[in-house]
Amino acid sequence: MSPDHSLARISVIEYYLPSTKLTNEQLHIAFPEWSVDKIMEKVGISSRSIAAPDEFTSDLAVAAARQLFEKNKIRPADIEYLILCTQSPDHFLPTTACLVHERLQLPTSAGAIDVNQGCSGFVYGIGLAKGLIASGDVNKVLLITAETYSRFLHPSDKGNRSIFGDGAAAVLVSSANKGAGIGPMIHGTDGAGAGNLIVKNGALRFPKTADQSLMEDNERNPFNDNYLFMNGTEIFNFTLESVPGLVRNILKKNQLQQDDIDLFIFHQANKFMLEYLRKKIKIPPERFFISMEYSGNTVSSTIPIAMKHALLEGKIKAGSKVLIAGFGVGYSWGGTILYY
Amino acid sequence: MDKNQFLQSFAEQFDDVDPSSITTDTKFKDLEEWSSMVALMVIAMVDENYNKKITGADLREANTIGELYDRLNSRS
Repeated sequence: MSPDHSLARISVIEYYLPSTKLTNEQLHIAFPEWSVDKIMEKVGISSRSIAAPDEFTSDLAVAAARQLFEKNKIRPADIEYLILCTQSPDHFLPTTACLVHERLQLPTSAGAIDVNQGCSGFVYGIGLAKGLIASGDVNKVLLITAETYSRFLHPSDKGNRSIFGDGAAAVLVSSANKGAGIGPMIHGTDGAGAGNLIVKNGALRFPKTADQSLMEDNERNPFNDNYLFMNGTEIFNFTLESVPGLVRNILKKNQLQQDDIDLFIFHQANKFMLEYLRKKIKIPPERFFISMEYSGNTVSSTIPIAMKHALLEGKIKAGSKVLIAGFGVGYSWGGTILYY
Repeated sequence: MDKNQFLQSFAEQFDDVDPSSITTDTKFKDLEEWSSMVALMVIAMVDENYNKKITGADLREANTIGELYDRLNSRS
C-alpha cells in the first residue's frame, strides 16, 4: 500500500514582500568591490525586500494572510487554527500569532500559536498543521511564515545583506479534497551546529551591548554578537552532508524513486549552493526550481514563494509530485512530497 | 591528489587573480578576492573533484595553498 497523502492538503498560497527594495546597485554603492553582475551570478538575487522602520513581523503576516483571504474567497471566520512561524517576533510575549489573530479577526474559538524555526520552518509548519487535521480536532489551519531578518543584519555585513530579504507567506492547510496532498514527512535536528548561524545577543542569556564594530573571525566571517552571524563554510558543509540524505529519506518514506518527482523545490538559500546541491544529487535542471531573484532568502518563506511561482509558471500541474526540502539554522531540516 | 591539478583548480575559483601568480606558497587568505563566497567555491571544488571535506579548522589553520593541500592529501 502506498503511503497516505490524503489526510491534509495545501490548497492555496499567497505571499507578501515589503515595498522597500535593496538592489544590487545599492549594494555596489555601499561595497564598491562587489559588482552588480557578480552579486547576481553568485547569489542569484537582484533585489531583496526590507521591512519599513514601522513594519514588523505581525504586519507582514497580516498582509500575506489578507491576500490569501481576498484572492481566494476564504472567510476568516472559517479558520480554526493559526500557526505563525517566525524567529523575529514583535515581542517576547505575547505570541505574535495572537496579535495576528486579532487583526485578521479570526474566531475566538480558533487556536493561535507561534513556532520558532528558520529555513526548515515551512516544512515543520505543514507537518504540525497536518497533525492537527489528522487528529480530527480541526479542519482548516492557516499557516503563515514571516521574517524580518534585515533587522538582525549589521549594516557592513556585505554577505548576509546580499542574501537575506524580508517577507511572509500564507497557506491554507485543510481536510478539503482540493490542492496538494501532504505526504509522509522527514524531520531532523543537530543542535551541535547552533553556533554557526546565530543571533547571540538580545534575548535573555546575553543582552545586547553597545558595541557596533564588525570584526572578522579567523575564517574571515564578519561578526558582532548583537547581529546575525553565519559561518558560511560550516553551513555549506552541513548542507552537503545532510541534504542528499534528506532527499533519499523523503523518497524512501514516500516509496518513490528520484525519477518519479516532477519538481524539486529546496529552501532558496543562495543560487551557488542550490546549483551545487542539484549537481551533487544529480537532479536535471528542468526539474529543479530556483526562484529567488526578486525576493532573496526569506528564510521560512522561500519554499512557499517558490511554490507560488512554480504554480504560476505552470511548472506544477495537476498530478505533479513536488519534493520540498528545508534545511539550515538550528541545524534543523525536514521535507516531504506534495501530491498535486 | 595531484598537487599541480589542485593548484590550478584552486586558482580557477578566483575571477581577478592571474593563475600564473598562484603557487603552493601563496597565502590564500591574504588574496584580496578571498571571501566566504570563494571559500564555498573551493569547498565545492574539493568535494566534486576529490570527494573530500574542507572544514572550518582547515581554513583557519592552513596558511598557504600547499598547507591546505597537505592537510587534504593526508586524509583517505
